[in-house]
Formats: sequence, C-alpha cells, structure tokens
Amino acid sequence: MIVERKELTLLEKTYLPGIAQGIRITTKHFIDTVTGRRKVTMQYPEEKWTVPDGYRGAPYLVKDQEGRTKCVSCQLCEFICPPKAIKITPPGPSVNSALGGVEKCPEDFEINMLRCIFCGMCQEVCPEEAIFLMRDYSLTGESREEMIYHKDKLLTLGGTHQDAIQKWKKKESEAQAQAPFH
Amino acid sequence: MTLAELLISTLKIVGLISVVLPLIAYSVVAERRISAAIQDRVGPNRVGPFGLLQPLADGVKFLLKEDFTPSYVNKVYFWMAPALAMIPSFVVFAVIPFGSMLFGEKMVVADLNVGILFTFAIVSLSVYGIVLAGYASNSKYPFLGGIRSSAQMISYEIAMGMSVIPLFMLTSDPVFFSQGLSESWNQFLMGTSDLNLSRIIAYQSGSFFDWLIFKQPLAFIIFLAAAFAETNRLPFDLPESETELVAGYHTEYSSMKFALFFLGEYAAMIAASSLMVVLFLGGWSLPLWGLDQPADNVFLGLLHIIIFFSKVSLFMVFFIWIRWTLPRFRYDQLMNLGWKRFLPLSLANIIVTAIWLWFKS
Repeated sequence: MIVERKELTLLEKTYLPGIAQGIRITTKHFIDTVTGRRKVTMQYPEEKWTVPDGYRGAPYLVKDQEGRTKCVSCQLCEFICPPKAIKITPPGPSVNSALGGVEKCPEDFEINMLRCIFCGMCQEVCPEEAIFLMRDYSLTGESREEMIYHKDKLLTLGGTHQDAIQKWKKKESEAQAQAPFH
Repeated sequence: MTLAELLISTLKIVGLISVVLPLIAYSVVAERRISAAIQDRVGPNRVGPFGLLQPLADGVKFLLKEDFTPSYVNKVYFWMAPALAMIPSFVVFAVIPFGSMLFGEKMVVADLNVGILFTFAIVSLSVYGIVLAGYASNSKYPFLGGIRSSAQMISYEIAMGMSVIPLFMLTSDPVFFSQGLSESWNQFLMGTSDLNLSRIIAYQSGSFFDWLIFKQPLAFIIFLAAAFAETNRLPFDLPESETELVAGYHTEYSSMKFALFFLGEYAAMIAASSLMVVLFLGGWSLPLWGLDQPADNVFLGLLHIIIFFSKVSLFMVFFIWIRWTLPRFRYDQLMNLGWKRFLPLSLANIIVTAIWLWFKS
C-alpha cells in the first residue's frame, strides 16, 4: 500500500494548530481526572475490588451446617493437584467417636499457598464437596512456613457450606436407629 | 561595600534562595501530579496530605542512594559537571527584580545596569555543565547528549538574544522615562540605565496592554520557544531524550550528583520563567488597585513578591503542561526551527520595530 503524504499547509508548518490541538486534548484529560469524571486508578489498600462470581481464589475446606468437617481424606485432591500443593495426613483405622459420626476426618490437611496455582481441580474432583476455591486473592505471610495453611486455618477461613445432602447427619441418625442391635 | 550593605545582600540572597528552593521542590511535585492527571493517573499522593511531603521523601532518597562513580570516567570533570550545571541557573536570579521595595530596600540582589546582558552571559554557561557531563562520562549515550546539547544551545541562544532586542528598543524611550512616570517610579529608577530590568517593569506599568507580551507577541513566542530549548525541556529535550539516549548526559550519574542536574534543570526553568515574567508580563507589578507602583509599605512590598512568584508559578505550570502535551522534535526539525525560522523572524521583528519607532518619532 502506498501512503499518500500530503504537503502541509502554511499554517500547519508553524506547528501552532498541532500545539493547540494537543493542549486541548491534555486539558480535557486533566479536567476529567481532577473532577473525577474519569477514574481509572483504584486506591488499593483502602478501596477494594469486588471479586466477580466464579472467581477462583484460594482453596479452603468447609464444614456443614452442624460444624462437621466434610473432608473424608480420600486424597483425590492430593492426587490431582498439578503443583502438588496439597498434603493430607489420613487418620488411619482408628475412629474418633467424639466427632459426631464423622468418619475418616483428616488428621492434618496442608495446602502450600506458595505452590497453589488456583486451578480449581481439587474442587472439581472432590466427591464430598469439601473443598472450594473462595474469593481471597491476596494471601500474605512473613515466612514460607506461614504460607502453608493447615487444617484448622483452612476450616476457619472456609466457613460453613450450606449442604443439601448432609451426609453425616443422615449417618448419625441411621447409627442411632440401629443402636439397640449393638 | 560596607558591612551593612554586605549584610543586606546576604539577607536578600538567603531570602531568595529560601523561596526558590521550595519552589523547585514543589514544581517537581506539580510536574508529577499534573502529568499524572493528564495521563489519567493519580500520581504521588501517599507522603503527607495530598502527597505534599513528597519532596522530603525524594530528597532523603537522593541522599541515601549509593553515589556510584564508574571506573572509566574522567573523575575531575565528572565531579565538576553537576555543580557547573546547577550554579548558573541560580546565579541568574541575582539580577531578577523579584519585588519592588521592602523595608526601603530594592528587592533585587544585584541591581545591575547591564541586567539582561548578565542573564544571557550566565544562562549560556549552563551548557558547559551538560557538555562536560557528556564528555567526562566517557560513554556513548552521554556523549551524544552532550553534543546535541551544545548544538541546540548555540542555535537557540542567538534567536533568544535577538528576540529581546525589540523590547529594549521600545523601553529605551527617553520621553517616557522623563514624563510618563509617577514620582515614586522616578525615585525607584534613580541611577538606572536602559538595560536595567527594573526599567522594563516600569515601562509595563499602567494597563494590561502595556505589557510587552501584547506589544511584542512575536518576540514573546520566539523567546518562549528558545526558553524551552535552553532549559532542555520537551519538546526540545534532545540532550536528555530518554527514549533514544537512555538518560542523555546524566546516564552515568546517580544519587546526589544526579539530583544536582535535576535541581539545575528546574532552577533553570524557574530562572527562565522569572525572566519571561519580567520581560513580558510586567514583573512584580499588576495594573490593578495601584499595584503597578513601587511599594511604600511592608504589606505592598510582600504583595509584590507574591504577585511575582505567582506569575512565575503560572509559567512553571505552562512548562509542565507543554512537556506532557507535545512529542519531541526530531533533531533536524529542531535545527531547522532555530536557524531557518526563529533567527530570521527575530531579525525581521527588530527591523519592523525600528521602522515603527522611526515613523512614530
């Protein structure tokens, strides 16, 4: 393609129309920014961003409505996790009767937030709906150890999941119904 | 010179420096905030209310940074250059009348009768600092910056000098100075001659249309463009041109040495603004409420100083605005503009003014 270069007019050769146009543009931007009509920058720590729905933030563990841990240490998430950020310590054969009918509650559940890539595969693979990617995007700590989140912290941060199935409640009532036959 | 005179001069110098240095510091803040607003950003707003303590943080940073001297530089010149770049910009303030009278003293450090010649002599010295920095750094980019700077200064110095000649043709009007002025002005101008900068201000008293910006608009435009070139500001910042020469002449400088270049650039801008205010915008005078007469009390004296620095600040904002509006000129365009446009135009302006004065007389 041949670009035709027009000969500048005498007025244009003085640079004055160009300068005037430039000043007009910068003045408009200046006024818009100063009066707050055009606002691009967010004053981050004071103003915070509203995370959209479906955002994949940090993965946390959840409890059901009655405060029971939902995770059953199946270790599928540990297996699928691409960066190997999850480490689960299963409880072994012993059953802790103090946990209200919950079986196989993990002894410890670690997520290394420095390794986590927030892909959401753990949430996808979880058969118990026990782990969810939440809205937290700004995770900070003063050491590497601090950035490995353990079970208690994950459960506190994860909060309660409004679970429709309530598996453990059902199990408990079944167990109570069978109690005389023990 | 008696001891009392020495003391008064020292006081004036201290007073002037203590106004000019904060003005420099705050022009840097203004530069950053205004450029931010023009580019839809926010700019520094964290240090102090509205970021007003930013200069303090900047100063501390400059002082604490490592003062690095590369092994291949010419050490003597390398150390000398920042000082040479900064000193002339401050010396120019010596002859600028920044106020009328305060406590019976003329508010100018050195009331020279060759005022304008002195400023031109000193302003052209500032190029040495830059050329020396480029030469002493012993590396490619600073060297190119230094060369460009010297060529640019020579091209614009002449047009700048020529552009103010018509002003002095107008103001060396003996009839005006023997009849047209009030008693206080006559007393104020006692013992001054044609090139004294106070005379220019006296000539511009009366009404807004006595300001030389209205009587000599062409001279003003040429002087303004030349001032941009002299202070290495965009659109004529070829010695620095960070997009092509890294940082131009101060590429190898760090810490306080760099800060001196920085300070020098802004001091030169303020000096050029002050000169333009004196030459074209009536200096410390304002043709309203009798503010165009030399002050006879402290209040008016201070008011005149405030008026002067307000006008200077307006020019500083203009300098900053232009920097964030216009792209850099190409080197040949710069030379073209200097030699082929401004020089002939300023010469033509002298001739036209001369013919007009001849017809009038």
